[in-house]
Amino acid sequence: MIPWITRARDAISWFFNWVYDLIISLTDLFFNTIQRIFGMRSMPYVFVLPNLLIFGIFILFPMLLNFVYAFTGGSSFSPLDRPGVGTANFDRLLACENFLDPNTCGEDLFWRAVYNTIGYVVFQVALMVLFALITALILNRKIKARGFFRSVFFYPVLLSPIVVALLWKWILQENGLINGILTSFGQDKIPFLVNADWARILVIMISVWAFMGFYTLILLAGLQSIPADLYEAASIDGANPWQSFSNITMPLLMPTMIVVLVLSLIRAVQVFDIVFAFTGGGPGTATLFLVQYIYNYGFSSPNKQFGIAAAASLLMAGVLIVLTVVQLAVRKEEN
Amino acid sequence: MAKILGFLRRTKGHKKLDITDVISYLYLGMGVIVMFGPVIWLILSSFKTSGEIVKFPPRLLPYRQDTVTLPDYEDPLPLYKITFEDGTTQILAQVRRIGLEAQMVDPENPTGIIKVNINQRQPVESVYFGLENYIEGVESFDFGKYLLNSMVVTVVATLLTLLVNSMAAFALSKYKFRGRQTIFMVMISTLMVPLSVVLVPVYLVITNVGWSNNLLGIIIPAAATPTGVFLLRQYMLTIPDDLIDAARIDGSSEWRIYAQIILPLAKPALAVLTIFSVMWRWNDFLWPLIVLSRSEFFTLQVGLASFQGELNVQWNLILAMTVLTLLPITMVFAFLEKYITTGIATTGMK
Amino acid sequence: MKIKYLVVVLIMAAVILAGCAPAATEVPVVPTEKPVVPTKAPTMAPTEAPMEPVELRFEYYADGIEADVIQPLLDKFMEAYPYITVVLDVVPYKTIDEQLPVQVESGEGPDLARITNFGAYKGKLLDLRPYLADAAYFEANFPAPVLTAVGFGGYPDTFTVTGPYVNKTLFDQAGITIPGEGTTWAEWTDLTKQVAEATQVQYAISIDRTGHRFAGPAMSMGATLINADNGFTVDTPGFRAFAEVVKGWFDEGITPAEVWLGAEPVNSCISTFKSGQLVMCMSGSWQINGVANDVGDSFDWVVVPNPTGAGGSTGIAGGSAVVAFADTEHPEEVAMLVEFLIQPENYGAFSAGTLALPAQKEVAQNGVDFNTENTSVLAALSAYTAEVPKLTDQAVALNVHPYAFAYYRNSANRIAQYLSGELTLDEMLVNLQADIDKAIAEAQ
Repeated sequence: MIPWITRARDAISWFFNWVYDLIISLTDLFFNTIQRIFGMRSMPYVFVLPNLLIFGIFILFPMLLNFVYAFTGGSSFSPLDRPGVGTANFDRLLACENFLDPNTCGEDLFWRAVYNTIGYVVFQVALMVLFALITALILNRKIKARGFFRSVFFYPVLLSPIVVALLWKWILQENGLINGILTSFGQDKIPFLVNADWARILVIMISVWAFMGFYTLILLAGLQSIPADLYEAASIDGANPWQSFSNITMPLLMPTMIVVLVLSLIRAVQVFDIVFAFTGGGPGTATLFLVQYIYNYGFSSPNKQFGIAAAASLLMAGVLIVLTVVQLAVRKEEN
Repeated sequence: MAKILGFLRRTKGHKKLDITDVISYLYLGMGVIVMFGPVIWLILSSFKTSGEIVKFPPRLLPYRQDTVTLPDYEDPLPLYKITFEDGTTQILAQVRRIGLEAQMVDPENPTGIIKVNINQRQPVESVYFGLENYIEGVESFDFGKYLLNSMVVTVVATLLTLLVNSMAAFALSKYKFRGRQTIFMVMISTLMVPLSVVLVPVYLVITNVGWSNNLLGIIIPAAATPTGVFLLRQYMLTIPDDLIDAARIDGSSEWRIYAQIILPLAKPALAVLTIFSVMWRWNDFLWPLIVLSRSEFFTLQVGLASFQGELNVQWNLILAMTVLTLLPITMVFAFLEKYITTGIATTGMK
Repeated sequence: MKIKYLVVVLIMAAVILAGCAPAATEVPVVPTEKPVVPTKAPTMAPTEAPMEPVELRFEYYADGIEADVIQPLLDKFMEAYPYITVVLDVVPYKTIDEQLPVQVESGEGPDLARITNFGAYKGKLLDLRPYLADAAYFEANFPAPVLTAVGFGGYPDTFTVTGPYVNKTLFDQAGITIPGEGTTWAEWTDLTKQVAEATQVQYAISIDRTGHRFAGPAMSMGATLINADNGFTVDTPGFRAFAEVVKGWFDEGITPAEVWLGAEPVNSCISTFKSGQLVMCMSGSWQINGVANDVGDSFDWVVVPNPTGAGGSTGIAGGSAVVAFADTEHPEEVAMLVEFLIQPENYGAFSAGTLALPAQKEVAQNGVDFNTENTSVLAALSAYTAEVPKLTDQAVALNVHPYAFAYYRNSANRIAQYLSGELTLDEMLVNLQADIDKAIAEAQ
C-alpha cells in the first residue's frame, strides 16, 4: 500500500482510539462512583438496567395494558376511561356458528384474516424454505464465484418491504411487464392485482422472492459445517448421491432447518408491511392478514375499536408463544 | 477463451462437465435474472415519461418524443410523422390539438397551418434517459428530509442498541447475580411479544411520554432487542474469564473492564448486530407509520408509501422515488457485502 | 482489522450525526417581538394588551391548491396582528382522516384543523360564539345543519357536490351526443360502453371508492339511507339497484378494477380519467382544479347532471370545515382568525382562488369571481351550481350526520368485497348493516 495511506489510516485509527478512551474515562467517573458506593455486587444490575428499563416501559408494560384494553370496552383511547366488559371482546371475536365459514361469524373480518394468515404461513414458509434449501445445496457445491451468487440471492433481503411491494406492483400491473410478455405470446392479460386468487398467490411469491436469501445463507452455513470427510467416507462405501443426502445431509442439517422453519414461521405470522403496500388487504379482503386487521381496528378505521384490536393481539401472541417455545426447546436440545 | 472453458470445467473436482453442474449453473443464472431483473426493470422504467409509462405493451428502453423549437412559437413543438391518404409521409410539428383535429406546421417551412386528423399522427421518438421524473418527484417528495430522518433514526438507534444490549449481555454472561436467570428468561420471552402485538398500548405510552411525532418515539422503543442480547451474550460467554480477573486485580473498574476489554473482544458480534440493526431500522415501516403523522418527521419508507398513496397512478414519479429509496441500501450493500453475508451466516448457526 | 474500522467509523459517524441532527424534537420557536398594538378591522374582537406572542397551529390538507390560496390570507392576518403566528401544517388527507382524532383525544391536537369528518370531534370543538365580535353574522351566514354539526366550532370553508365528469373529446370521436338531464345510469353505462369501443379506450365508466359518492346514485335510484331513528338502513331497493349496476361494470370489464380493489382504502377514478383512459368518472366538484391543471388541453371534458332514477337526480353535498378545538390554549386568538377568514372579502378570495363553491351565504349571493379564464372550469362550476337545487334532504343531511363516517368507510369496504365476488349482495348488505350498527353503538 502507498505509505501515506497507511500512515493516514494509522493516524485516524489513533484519533478514534483517543476519543474512545476519552469517552470511557469520562463515563467511568460516573460508573466508578456507583461501584464505590454500592459495591461490585451492584454492578451487574447497573449494566442490565438500561435494557430492562426500555423493555419494561415499552414492551412489558404495554403487554399488560393490552390485557386492560382487551377486557374493557368503550371508544376511549385512555384506559382509565374504559368500562370493564369482562370477556365481551373475546366473545365477539370468537362468536361463530360455523368456524369454517367466516360469513357466519360475528366478526367475519377477523376470521377471514385468520384463514388468510394460515394459508399464507403454510404456503409461504414451505415454498421459501424449499427454495432456500435448493439454493443452499447448489451454492454448497464447488462453483466459481460463489460469493457473487450468494449476494445475488441476498440482495432482495436488503430492500425494504415497501420498495419490494412497489417494484412488483409495477411489474404486475395490468399494463405492466408480465402482461406485456403474456400478450406477446398471444395470451390475454391477467388482472393480477384485482383478482383474489392471484393476489394471494402473488403475495406469497413476492415474499419468497424478498426473504429467501436470508435463510439461504443460514442453511448454507449449516451445510458447510458438515465435515467433508463424511461424504468421502460414504462415497468410498459406495453410497449414491441420494443416499448421502438423506443419511448425512438431512440429519446433520436438521437443527439448522428447524431454526430456519421456526424463524420464518414467526415472521410469516406477523406479515404486514409488504402486503399493505402491495394490495392493502385487497381485493376486497382477499389478502387481509392478522396484523393488518389489528392495525385497522386500532389505528386506521374511522370507528377505532381498541378493545377488539387488543383482544386479537392477545390471540396472536398466543400463537407466537407456542412457536417460540418450540424454537427455544430445539435450541436447548442442541446445546 | 480457454480460461472460460476452464472455468466451466472446474466442477466437482472432475474434469468433465457433469449434468448436475449444468443444472446448477442454469439455476444460478435464472436466479440472477429473477433477483436482479425486476430491479433493473424498475430503474429503466423510472426514466420514462408519464405518457410512455401508460403505453402498452411496455418497451424496454425509455423513449421521448422529439421536439423542435421554431421562431414564432414560445414552447417547443412535438414532432409527429403524418401518413397522408395517398400514402406519403411527412414529419410535422404540432401547434395545438382541438378535438379530432391537430394543427401542424412544417418545421422546414413554418408559414401555414396544416390541419391533420389526429389518427394520422405517429409520434417521432428517440431513446432518452431523462431525469425529469426525479426532479419533479423530489419537488413533491421531500427525499432529502426523509433520507436524513431515516439516517438519524438508524444511526442513533443502532448505537443505542449496541450500547444497551452489550451492557446487558455483559452482565448476563460474566456475572453471577440474583435474578440472573429470571431476567434472562424475561428478556427472551420478549421474542414472543413483537411490536405488532402491542401496537395500541405502546402508542399510548409513546403519546403520554410526549414522543408521538418525534423521532425518539421510533428510536427508543425498539432498542432493547432480545435477539441482540442473546447474540452478544453467546459470544461473550466465549471470552475467557481470566482476562477479567487479571484486570480486576490490577484495580480496573467494572466499567473499564466492559469498555476496554470486553467490547473490543466482542467486535465480530457487535459488527453483526450493527448490520442487523441497520437493516431493521432502515426498513422499519409499521411502527413509524403509526407514530409519525407530521410529514417532516417521516422516514424514507413511510414517506414513500404515503407518496404512492397520494399519487396513485402517477407511476413515473413513484418509480423514480422508489429507485432513490433503494439506492442508499444498495450502496451500503455493495461496499459491505462480505461482512453482511458472513455475519448472518455465522449468527444463524448459533 | 477491517471490522474494527467498521465499528469505530460507525460510532464516530453516529456521534457526529447525532450531534448535528436536526432538532426534530423541538417545537418551532415563536418569534419574540415587541408587542405592537394591532390595527383592528372594524368587526374584529377587541384585543387585550400587553400581547404575548401566540402561535396557532393549523393542521391543513389540500386536494389542490387550497394551501397556496389560504397562505396569503393568513399572511394578511398575521400582518394585522403581528403578535400572532399562524403555522399552517399541510399534511396528507390520510393524516387528517386517521391520526388527527387520536391526536386530539390524547391532547396533542392542533389549535385549528381543516376536517371532513364532523362526527369524530363531537364535544371536542370550541364554541366560538362567546369569543366572536359578531356572532350573529357568523350564525346567519352558514347553513344551520353544518354549524350545529360542528357545535359552532368552525365554518364550512368549501361546499362540494358530487357529480360525473365526462370526456367530451371521446364522445365526439365516437360520434355520439352527450345526453343531458334525465338520463339514467343504465343509459349512461350503455353509451359510455359504445364510446369506449368506438375510440378503443380501455375503460368506460367508474365511480370513486367511497360510500359518499355511492350514496348519491343510490338515492337517485330511490334509496333512503337515513332511517326514522337517525340511524342507517342500507337494504333498500335503490341501494341494491345501484350496487348491481356497479357490479355489472365489473363483470363486463368496462371499469378500472383497481379503483375499488386496489391497495388504497380511499380512491378516486379521477386519475384514470385524467389520463384519458376512462370515458366517465363519478366524482365531485373539488376535483375541478386538479382536472383542469392535469388535463390541460389534451382533451375536452364536461361535468354532466347527475343521472336520474326513481328518487331524483341528486348528488351528495359535502365539503370541509375549518374548526377550532376546545383544548386550545388561545381561544380568543383562534376566534379572531376564524372571524377574519369568514369575512366576505377573505372568504370570497378563498373560493375564487380554489375554485370551490362557497358555503358563505353573503358570498354566494354576491357571486364569486372565480380566478380562471378556463372555459371548461367555468362551465364545470356552473354545472355543479345547477346541481345544488336538486339535492334531496337526505343528500344534504348525510354529510353532517354524526355517524356519517361509520357509513362511508364501512360501505366502501363491504361494497369492495361484493364487487370482488367475495360476498353476495345479500351477504354484503347484512354485513354492512351490522358494521354500521356496531359502530354507532360503540360511539355512544
